[in-house]
Amino acid sequence: MADLRITALTKTFGGTTILRGVDLFVPSGSLVTILGVSGSGKTTLLRLLSGFERADSGSIEIEGREVSGKSVHVRPERRRVGYVAQEGLLFPHLTVGENVVFGLPSRDRRDRARAEALIESVGLPASYMTRAPQELSGGEQQRVALARALAPAPKLVLLDEPFSALDAALRLETRQAVAAALAAAGATALLVTHDQSEALSMGIEVAVLRDGVLAQVAPPEELYRRPVDAPLAQFVGEAVLLPGTASGGFVACALGRLPLARAGAAGPVEVMVRPEQIRFGPSDRIGAVKAKVREITYFGHDASAQMSLEGDEMQVRVRVAGHMAPKPGTVAWLSVEDVVMAYPSHNALVPLPPESGTLMQRSISPQPSERVL
Amino acid sequence: MLCEAGLMTQAADAIEINPARPRTRARRAQVTSPPLPLVAAALFAAALVLSPILFTVIQATGVSAQDAVELLFRSIVGRLLVNTITLIVAASVTTAIIGAATAWLVERTDLPGRKVWAVLAVAPLAIPPFVSSFAWVSLSDALQDFAGALLVVTCAYYPLVYLPVAAALRGLDPALEETARSLGQTSWGCFFRVVLPQLRPALYGGMLLVALKTLSEFGAFALLRFQTFTTELFAQFRTGFDGPDLSLLAVVLLLLCIACLIGEMKVRGRGRYARVGAGTRRNSRLAPLGWTRWPVLIAFVALTLATVGTPVGMVCYWLTQHASAATSRAAPSLPRLFDATLASVGYGLAGAAAAVLLAAPLGYLTTRYPSRWTVLLERIAYLAQGVPSIVVALALISITVDWLLPLYQSAMLLVIAYGILFLPYALVSVRAAMAQVPRGLEESARSLGLGWFAILCRVLAPLTGPGLGAGAAMVFVFVSTELTSTLLLGPLGTRTLATEVWSNTCSLAFAAAAPFEAVMLLLSLLSAWLLASRSGAAAFERQQ
Repeated sequence: MADLRITALTKTFGGTTILRGVDLFVPSGSLVTILGVSGSGKTTLLRLLSGFERADSGSIEIEGREVSGKSVHVRPERRRVGYVAQEGLLFPHLTVGENVVFGLPSRDRRDRARAEALIESVGLPASYMTRAPQELSGGEQQRVALARALAPAPKLVLLDEPFSALDAALRLETRQAVAAALAAAGATALLVTHDQSEALSMGIEVAVLRDGVLAQVAPPEELYRRPVDAPLAQFVGEAVLLPGTASGGFVACALGRLPLARAGAAGPVEVMVRPEQIRFGPSDRIGAVKAKVREITYFGHDASAQMSLEGDEMQVRVRVAGHMAPKPGTVAWLSVEDVVMAYPSHNALVPLPPESGTLMQRSISPQPSERVL
Repeated sequence: MLCEAGLMTQAADAIEINPARPRTRARRAQVTSPPLPLVAAALFAAALVLSPILFTVIQATGVSAQDAVELLFRSIVGRLLVNTITLIVAASVTTAIIGAATAWLVERTDLPGRKVWAVLAVAPLAIPPFVSSFAWVSLSDALQDFAGALLVVTCAYYPLVYLPVAAALRGLDPALEETARSLGQTSWGCFFRVVLPQLRPALYGGMLLVALKTLSEFGAFALLRFQTFTTELFAQFRTGFDGPDLSLLAVVLLLLCIACLIGEMKVRGRGRYARVGAGTRRNSRLAPLGWTRWPVLIAFVALTLATVGTPVGMVCYWLTQHASAATSRAAPSLPRLFDATLASVGYGLAGAAAAVLLAAPLGYLTTRYPSRWTVLLERIAYLAQGVPSIVVALALISITVDWLLPLYQSAMLLVIAYGILFLPYALVSVRAAMAQVPRGLEESARSLGLGWFAILCRVLAPLTGPGLGAGAAMVFVFVSTELTSTLLLGPLGTRTLATEVWSNTCSLAFAAAAPFEAVMLLLSLLSAWLLASRSGAAAFERQQ
């Protein structure tokens, strides 16, 4: 396995710029996830890496060797870059075993033990060898596709939204199996997804692709707790955004005086608090703010409470454990745990009139509680 | 013959698959440019199809305006036009009535033995029209000229109306009819205001296809001594070779054909949109026939006797007759039968290979790199469907005589002609087969380290093989029973099954013709079986 270095990669399709200078380094043997909304250029990036498309400028180096650059374009079949597509794309005319050994030289293809080992490496029984791909579930097909990609010992494995076609239960199980197989193979891998929880839970680093550039590349916890700007904070998870004033490592806002994750900010700022950081308590604590529950959205494992702060007409959304969900109208005390982020408010939010609801916008993720950190 | 049915169902399949592909993929496909050799091969195929058409048109423009007027406004041209057009109109009407009625009876009534009738209704497609011509001519001298031509054409082509109308009837959502009834329509009102309008595209499409086939048919009319443009072109070519004169007549025929083809394409396109989404649909209630089932059954038996019974029966009859029973006493000869079969099979194989080889790059290009240009190339290839084989053959003769004399009267030229004529059928098979290979499969193979040749051998060939094979088999059967271009382009002394039937029937040696006919019928039935087992089976299953 080898490391991957992408430098200033750009790609334009028919007048539309898809990638405008992507820089990324993936260390040997690690799994990095690329998170982006659809249309952000994730798939294009993978297709440039695998060589199906040619970059306009910039370079791609695998194991220190340039495979794509100014006058270099190594053909896909010469790159030794494995590719697992969204649909798995097993060859329908071959059995599972034949699919797995497809990329091996012809004498190795006859080695039954090798095929069995490959199938078992992705957590499937060796008895699947003789089955037709159509007889497998979606998740199993994805695993076979991974085994097939890993078989010729590629330098790099690319996974293009490999779990998005699976239903929720299968997704979690397949995700774990794939992560385990990649780790066991010690593969350098790049996984593309639009699912925040998938990106955060699978990658040792997450790279957020936004408008054709990587907005932030960081370990999952860093990305979630210290996103570089407010829109990114909202994209990676649910965020409560409040106007505030920062000074000396603290910020004063409607939720009180809170410690900053990064000192240095001063003056008017936009404060970002994760809903689960806000503690919901029955009694007054030091620094707590009184608030009234307006509305409850119940998810089961947890609930989201829309609360209006007393005195201030501001509204915030708070995450409450499912068994503790309050009734609308309840008065409670809110306090914030841990440090918060503050962004210079040159594009500061103007407090909206209370009727129009909250300053916080719901994140895209449909499963708020999976984002556990 | 059978080709139309295949072409229609398969074209529909191919087109239905396309919109399902994600949009992003189509966008991607447009930006990557296809490899040059592929483009060159596809261009070559399109040029090959276009060359006889262009040549005919250009040669016709060589005639001065005055001569053209003189040539075109002759009594012979007038007679041909009257003959051809009255036959087209009459045949369209008879096939429409018989085709639509049988379709409705099979699909929507409690007619006994519907499944059997459904198969027998398409069986005539497996019988080349000049074989049924032979049957009727050898049955009675009275069946000649217009009446005989109309009879043969109706018998041979009514399935071209039956098939689309039956498919449309099957596709109609009975909920629509129920809605009409709930809005106060009587069952007749419902039929005229709901069912009929929805059947119209299928009906018109079928009728135009009948017209197109009637325009380009040669053998059947020649045997019946009925003059149309095709028989006249052949006669003029045989009596004296005069390029521009001939081309002018050919252009008139070509224009009529292309008008039909364009009409058919337009109607078919509309018909597709008219069809409502293909979800699970309740079966329509079958209308009870009551006592009328008996006359209806008799009509079905009579129809089957006329369309299938007569040709098969007459071949069997002449097989058992002594040669002297026929007007001409030539006796069948076994060595000649063997030679003719061998020649037919040989040309069939070569023609199938030529058609598939021409179609493969074109089909690959249009499915993998869809763009305005590739669509245009494909349209050009489908144009071959509307060009009578006699026009292609005459143009190829002129082209080779003028510029490529070594090719003139060579087996190679005949095979090229087959390739051009049957390219549309091969192309439909290639497209349908390619539709089953997602682009991602090839990319997966590349990322696993395979070059283009390995992908061709290990991914494309095994996946598209069965589809291409069936397409090739279909073309094989058409070629091995093809008459017109074989007669015109074959090297001196070429004797295939079709030309043997032709020459023996022309000399009224019916007994001598019979064994060749029998082998040809067997080959054609093979094609029917192939089609039924491949694309037809699903349709037949859905019926019940």
